[in-house]
Formats: sequence, structure tokens, C-alpha cells
Amino acid sequence: MRILILGLDGAGKTTILYRLQVGEVVTTIPTIGFNVETVTYKNLKFQVWDLGGQTSIRPYWRCYYSNTDAVIYVVDSCDRDRIGISKSELVAMLEEEELRKAILVVFANKQDMEQAMTSSEMANSLGLPALKDRKWQIFKTSATKGTGLDEAMEWLVETLKSRQ
Amino acid sequence: MLKKFDKKDEESGGGSNPFQHLEKSAVLQEARVFNETPINPRKCAHILTKILYLINQGEHLGTTEATEAFFAMTKLFQSNDPTLRRMCYLTIKEMSCIAEDVIIVTSSLTKDMTGKEDNYRGPAVRALCQITDSTMLQAIERYMKQAIVDKVPSVSSSALVSSLHLLKCSFDVVKRWVNEAQEAASNDNIMVQYHALGLLYHVRKNDRLAVNKMISKVTRHGLKSPFAYCMMIRVASKQLEEEDGSRDSPLFDFIESCLRNKHEMVVYEAASAIVNLPGCSAKELAPAVSGHWAFFQPASHVYVAMKHPSAVTACNLDLENLVTDSNRSIATLAITTLLKTGSESSIDRLMKQISSFMSEISDEFQGTCYPQDTHGPQGKDALCQKYPRKHAVLMNFLFTMLREEGGFEYKRAIVDCIISIIEENSESKETGLSHLCEFIEDCEFTVLATRILHLLGQEGPKTTNPSKYIRFIYNRVVLEHEEVRAGAVSALAKFGAQNEEMLPSILVLLKRCVMDDDNEVRDRATFYLNVLEQKQKALNAGYILNGLTVSIPGLERALQQYTLEPSEKPFDLKSVPLATAPMAEQRTESTPITAVKQPEKVAATRQEIFQEQLAAVPEFRGLGPLFKSSPEPVALTESETEYVIRCTKHTFTNHMVFQFDCTNTLNDQTLENVTVQMEPTEAYEVLCYVPARSLPYNQPGTCYTLVALPKEDPTAVACTFSCMMKFTVKDCDPTTGETDDEGYEDEYVLEDLEVTVADHIQKVMKLNFEAAWDEVGDEFEKEETFTLSTIKTLEEAVGNIVKFLGMHPCERSDKSLLPYIPVLLSSLLGVFRGGHDILVRSRLLLLDTVTMQVTARSLEELPVDIILASVG
Repeated sequence: MRILILGLDGAGKTTILYRLQVGEVVTTIPTIGFNVETVTYKNLKFQVWDLGGQTSIRPYWRCYYSNTDAVIYVVDSCDRDRIGISKSELVAMLEEEELRKAILVVFANKQDMEQAMTSSEMANSLGLPALKDRKWQIFKTSATKGTGLDEAMEWLVETLKSRQ
Repeated sequence: MLKKFDKKDEESGGGSNPFQHLEKSAVLQEARVFNETPINPRKCAHILTKILYLINQGEHLGTTEATEAFFAMTKLFQSNDPTLRRMCYLTIKEMSCIAEDVIIVTSSLTKDMTGKEDNYRGPAVRALCQITDSTMLQAIERYMKQAIVDKVPSVSSSALVSSLHLLKCSFDVVKRWVNEAQEAASNDNIMVQYHALGLLYHVRKNDRLAVNKMISKVTRHGLKSPFAYCMMIRVASKQLEEEDGSRDSPLFDFIESCLRNKHEMVVYEAASAIVNLPGCSAKELAPAVSGHWAFFQPASHVYVAMKHPSAVTACNLDLENLVTDSNRSIATLAITTLLKTGSESSIDRLMKQISSFMSEISDEFQGTCYPQDTHGPQGKDALCQKYPRKHAVLMNFLFTMLREEGGFEYKRAIVDCIISIIEENSESKETGLSHLCEFIEDCEFTVLATRILHLLGQEGPKTTNPSKYIRFIYNRVVLEHEEVRAGAVSALAKFGAQNEEMLPSILVLLKRCVMDDDNEVRDRATFYLNVLEQKQKALNAGYILNGLTVSIPGLERALQQYTLEPSEKPFDLKSVPLATAPMAEQRTESTPITAVKQPEKVAATRQEIFQEQLAAVPEFRGLGPLFKSSPEPVALTESETEYVIRCTKHTFTNHMVFQFDCTNTLNDQTLENVTVQMEPTEAYEVLCYVPARSLPYNQPGTCYTLVALPKEDPTAVACTFSCMMKFTVKDCDPTTGETDDEGYEDEYVLEDLEVTVADHIQKVMKLNFEAAWDEVGDEFEKEETFTLSTIKTLEEAVGNIVKFLGMHPCERSDKSLLPYIPVLLSSLLGVFRGGHDILVRSRLLLLDTVTMQVTARSLEELPVDIILASVG
């Protein structure tokens, strides 16, 4: 199984990746390029690709789209200013032919912060309800606290299994 | 499995390279496999190998296809197969300059270099530094600092070496890592210490004090790593050389102390550093030589011997034991050293020794050992001068070697050697020539055969019994192919030209050659035949004995010009620039030949460049062809002044042009309208100045001054000019380069410029001075006698005259062949401006002082007068 973790810079992608892999919070630096790790969840093995979210690196996302089963799209729930950009990147990505069959899981991350938006607020800002022919779900997460990740992975595993 | 493959390859024979027939497009197609999951590490590693192979074979990958392959390769980071990962590192390094956006692997490499897998860390550091440019470097700076002081040696070394590479483009960032490097320099691992010191040195190498401090620290604390020691020795000797330092310097003490190091390599390095120091004395050498000796390193000995023969003499006894060493190369080196240093009595024995195993050494070794290391024949060349009485032994020895099987290089070295012995030692001439005659009877190398034929033509007629060579030469006409035949015909003609009693038979032989199949041979024979039948000495001298003295490319161009613009006048050979006399003739015993060969070519084209440059200046139209340009520009300023001016003198038939190459070294000034005003002391007349319009900071410019040669007293050619540079200064902003509109006039006094007789005479080379002398005749001959009170040896006297007159000493007549006779007859040849040959014959007699009788001949009176006037 091949999963991509995408999202704008500073959304928490790398932290999520290592939280999923080793169950700990690691200190990270901005990802220039990508990290790739094998994550085992419920006896399922995933190749998880965490791609850097800086503007300069986003164009390279597409190099890693092929054969992807699911996309974890990470959004910073406090970053109201850039949610528009986040939406347009998401839309552009979903239009790619190679990702036509990929399942979308949106992580509304940093929910431990006070100013965080709610998940429905974010779903609307990202235009998720308008998506057609796409299995998607949004989850409230906090990578540092570790909340919400299990539910999200649970859903992902089930959905992937049911599709097989 | 692998073994089986090898075996199969062996059986199929020959094409054992599995990558031989790789197609770039096919390999790149295969690389798409990288995108598949799951990954097959073995297969992918193999494909990466193929890509690397193609790149290293020089196959060109376009940016797009390379980038595509590179990104596909990045997918392989999902595999944790160690072999595959290391192939990835290699690929990243190889493709970092071909593919775009290689920074995409930055995070992955950063992770690997800080990860748990030690095998990945070093290579990851190297790959990371390869893809990082100076803007990205700060992002990984922290990791680099950590890596430099890492406890795993391979990581630390990798980081240090990579830092050294980064130093070139990001000096300022890497400079901040010296503390870490310093820490690494005290690492126990010898490689880490070496690399750390290397980095530290390169960071500090522009700071002499810091480097000296480093060395003194090393002297005090010592090092673990012999590699580091070797490097510090090199650094120290470089410092010493730049300081041209005294031997009491701590730097020298350091090198000397290394002679007592427990590592052989350090001792060896220290010893060779001392030996190579310029101008070191025998006393300083002594410990170094014994140091060398400690490991029986004859190779280095030969080396020492070349420079300081006396210092090694002490080791001769040990060396003699090595002569019978089972390693032939050591034995040969030992012998050549001994030949250089040994005494006359031992030569016979040594020669015997060499011949005994010469046949056992492969041709390849003989070839490389002889000409390249200049040991063999070169050594004997010097030897022959040292012990003239032994030349017969040597000659026999060389000839035996010549008869044995051997390749071209080998044979050529021997022939060179024989020829040089003949030239240096007149007593050996006849034996040498007859040996060479025997040799060309059965010589498969055209170059050697024609060379020997040429030599025979030149030297043969002067021997006591010239007719004995004719048979050998004519045999060539009968037996060989066209190039050798042509050479033989020329040689025959030379015999005919100089020997009247042989002339009839030579004419008969040449008549037979007129029927030759080959055009060149036939032409030569017909030409010579006609010339010889005239029976005029002058013709013989001009057309047979001495060749053209003009520069061949110059002649070609002049002739082409002539055919393009046909005119009534016949073609004037005097308008063609003269060939500069080959500098190789100046070869002395001590200089290696290779060093002199280079400038010869440069000089030949240099004058043509000047000719074109000068022709482009309108003021210089109508001066006629450029006769001569002074070989080296003369500096008219000290080297570190505000303005640097160098002058090249160009001589024309009736004029001289002084070319001033000026550089302005002040960054806050721009000079305009630069001229060099000249005040002659003699009757020279300044005609015009061609200014350099503008001279910005550090951009060289050229201005010219044209003068007419004195008309009233044409013999007064030697002159001193006082020079003054005049210009307009405009201040300018050093940073932006903007100049003020207002300027002011200024002057700058330059050093005086000398014009000497040599500027009016061009060296030429003719093979036969005697014939040229007779050809010119004695119509304008003058003779005078001088006493040279300050000069103590004959060669010095001739050397001074050659230099003063700028003429060419013919037939090595500047050297005394028989040193015990205090008389030297020397013949000098040149062409005076305007194109007339000028010949000077000087007889020198050494009693307490040197007495010199000079006789000059030319076809005109003026050059003779000038020569005699100037010598006095």
C-alpha cells in the first residue's frame, strides 16, 4: 500500500509520519525533498511518503503520484490566512489523472491549539462537500498530542480493505 | 553464480565486459522499473550500475531525461537494501550536475547522515555536500558541524573531505567550522587527522602566519598520522620556498626532525623535501641522503644524484651492492646513479654489467627507463663529457644495444645518444658515423634513417675518408622506400658539393636517381644534379649545403599573397620573416631537453602575431615587413608601482617601433590618451606617437612610439632613450567604475630603454658556415683585434659576444671541443635588418686574458661597420 502525506509547509506532515511510524514526537526541520518510511498498522504495511510542503517543493509532488492508494492531506487548523492556498493545492492535486482512484483523508491538524477551526468549517473552506467520485473523510488531529490519528488510520484501513 | 558467469565469459573470450553494448535509451527505459512497488533491489542496483557506466563512458544525458531518471531513482529510497542505497548515493553524486532539482533528496540524505546506520552516514554526507549549493549550505550547517566531530571515523572523514570541496564555492560558511576541524585534528584515527589538517591548511593557506603557527604546533605536539606528517612536510617546504628562507627557520627544523620519524614514508617525504629545496648545501643534504638510504631507495638516489652528485658519492659502496639486485629496475637505477657519480675506473665494469642483463629487460622497460627518465643515454651523454677517453667503450656498448631487438623509443634514445656523443667529442666522430651507417643498413624506422642520412650528409664530407659512406647512402636509394630515398639523395648531393674528387661519381649516382618512381626523389635529384654541374661554390653553398632561413609559415603566406596580387617584380625572398633560430641549440648539459622545447614554437608564432597587430595601426603602413621583435619585453617600471609598463622593440628596415604594454593598477583612476615620450641620445628621430586612448583599472592597453633610424651616421645604432609617460588622469569611483568628466594632465618617469646591435640582427641557422662564408666573399671583409681584460674563459667570451650581437653560433662553435687547447675558433651567423646575411668569425686566444680577432663579412658594407664599431 502506498500513501502520500501532502499539505502546505508547517502543517505537521513529518511529525505525523514519525508519530505513525515510531509513536513518538520527533523534532523536525523543514523537509527539503521527502521522507519515506514503512508504517505498519493493523498488520497492514504502508509505504508512507511525506513530501515537503514549501512552495518551491510543491511542484515535485506530482513526481510521486503514480500507484498511490491514498492521500493524507494535512491542514493547519489555525492557519486561516492560507486555507485558500491549501484548497487550491488540494484541488489541483485531485485533478491529476494518476490520483483518480486515491482515497482522500484530510487531517485537520493542530486541534490542540485554541484558535483552531472546527472540522466542518474546514471541510467547507476546502470545498470537500463538492467532491464527486471520491472517497473522502476529515478528522480532527493533533500530532503532538497524538489525538485523532488512530480514528483516522482506522477509517483509512477499513476503506482500503473494503475496496480490495 | 558469479563464478559461473566469469567462467562463461572467459570461454567466450575477448568481450568480457557485460556493459559493452549498452544503449542509453534502453537503459533509461529500464529505469522506469524504479517507479514500481514493491522494489526489486538487485535488479534496480544493476540498472543503476548501467546508468553510472554510461555516464562514465562519456555518454551525454539530456537534462530532461537525466532529471526523469533521477526522480525515478529517488523512489528507491523506500527500500532499505544497503547495496541499493549505496548505489543511490553514487548515482546522486554522478548526476548532481546533469539532472535538475537534485535537492529533492536533501531531506532523505540528511536523515541518513544522522541516522543509526553507520554504513550510510559517511556516503550520505558526501552525496549531500555534492548536491548542496552555497544558498542551501546554511540549512545543513549544523549537521555538518556535528558530522565533523562524529566519533565514527568514516563519517568524520567524509565530512572533512566534503568540506574541503565546499571550500571552493562557500569559503565563508566552511570557515566557521574550523573549531570542529581543530577538534577532529586531534582524533586518534590517522585518516581523520590527515583530512582535518588538510581542511585547516586550506582554510588558512592565504595566511602565512597561521600556517607557520600550525606547523609549529605540529612540531610541538606531534601527530599520529604519517599522512598528515607528509602533508605538513609539503606545506612546510612550500612555505620555505616562498620565503626563500634561511635554513635556521623552524620550518626547516621541522622537516629535518621528520627524518627521525618512525614511519618510512615520512622520512622519505622529508628527505626528498630537503633535497628539493633550492640551493641547499651538502651539509644539509647529508642527513637527508642517509635518510633515503635507510630503505635502499635507489630511485630517490638517482634523483639526488642528478642534482647533487657529490652528496651521494658516499653511498656508492652500498649502491654497488644493488647493481646485482634481483629487481632489474632497481639494478638499472643503481647503475645509472653510479655512472653519474662513480669514478672513471669503474665504468668498464658497469658497462659489462648492464649489457649482461639488458637483454633480460623487456623493451617496454628499456623504453621507459631510457628516454623518459633520461637516465640511460642521457646519463652516458654527461658521462662521455666527463671522461672523454672512454668514448670508445661507450660507443661500442651503445652500438651493441642498437643491434638488439627494440622498439622505436628505445632505438631513438640510443641514436640520440650516439649523435650527441659525436657532437660533443670530435674524436669519436668517425667511429660513431660508421656505427650509424651499419645501423641504417637494417633500420625499420624511417625517422631514424632520414635523420642519420642527414647527419651523414653534414658530417661525412668533412671526415678523412668520405668515400666510404657513399656505399651506405646509395644502398638506401636502391633498397628503401621514397622518404628514405629522398633523404639519401640530399645526403649524396652534399658530398658532391664539398668534395671535388668525388663529384664525378656523385653525378653518376644522381643521374640514376633521376629515373626514380617518386616525384620528390626525382625532383631532388634533378635539382641537385643541375646545381652541381654548374661547379660554382656559391651555388653549392646556397642551394645544397644551407637550406632556407625564412620561417616556413611566413613564406607560405607571402607566396600566397604574391599569387593573389601578381606583379611585374620577381618575388623577393628578403621580404619573408626569418625563422627564429631554434632555441634547442642552446641546450646545455644540465637542462633537461623537455624544458626548452616549448618556447620554440611560441617564439615562431609570436612575431607573426606582432606583425598583424602592427599592420593594423595606420601610422605604421609603409614601414615594410617586420624584421625582428625583441624576444622578451623589458620592464620599464618596478614590478609593484602604480603603472606597469613593459616594452617590446620591433625593428623594421629603416624604422623602429616601440610597443609599450601598460597596465594601470590604481582602481580609483582611469588614464586617457597615454603616450610614452622618448628622448634619444643618438641621431634617432622620433616620428610619431600612437596613444592608448583609455586605460581603465587593470585592463592592459598598448601605445606605440615610432622612430626613424639615424641616416647621417648609420653605424650609430646603439642608443639609449629616456622615456616619460604622459597621460590625462580622470578619477573614478573604484566600486562603480564611474569616471569624472574633468581630468588633469600628468607625467610619470620611466626607466631608460636601450637599443643594442642585437636588435638589428636576427639569428639564423645555416648548416654549413664554411660554405656560406665563401658564398659571401671578401668584398666587404673587415678585421680587428681586441683584448678582453675582464673575461677569464673562452666560452664566457664567446657567450658574451653571442649575446651582444644577437647572432647564432654555428656548428656548436661556441663550445670548446678540446678544453686543453686555449684557442677557440667560433663562427657566428645572423641576418642584418634589410635582409643581408652577416657572418662573423672570431678567433680567441686565452693567455692571461682573452685576445679576440673578429672578422666580419657581408654583402654590404654597413653591417660590417656596425658590427666592428659595436664590438669595440
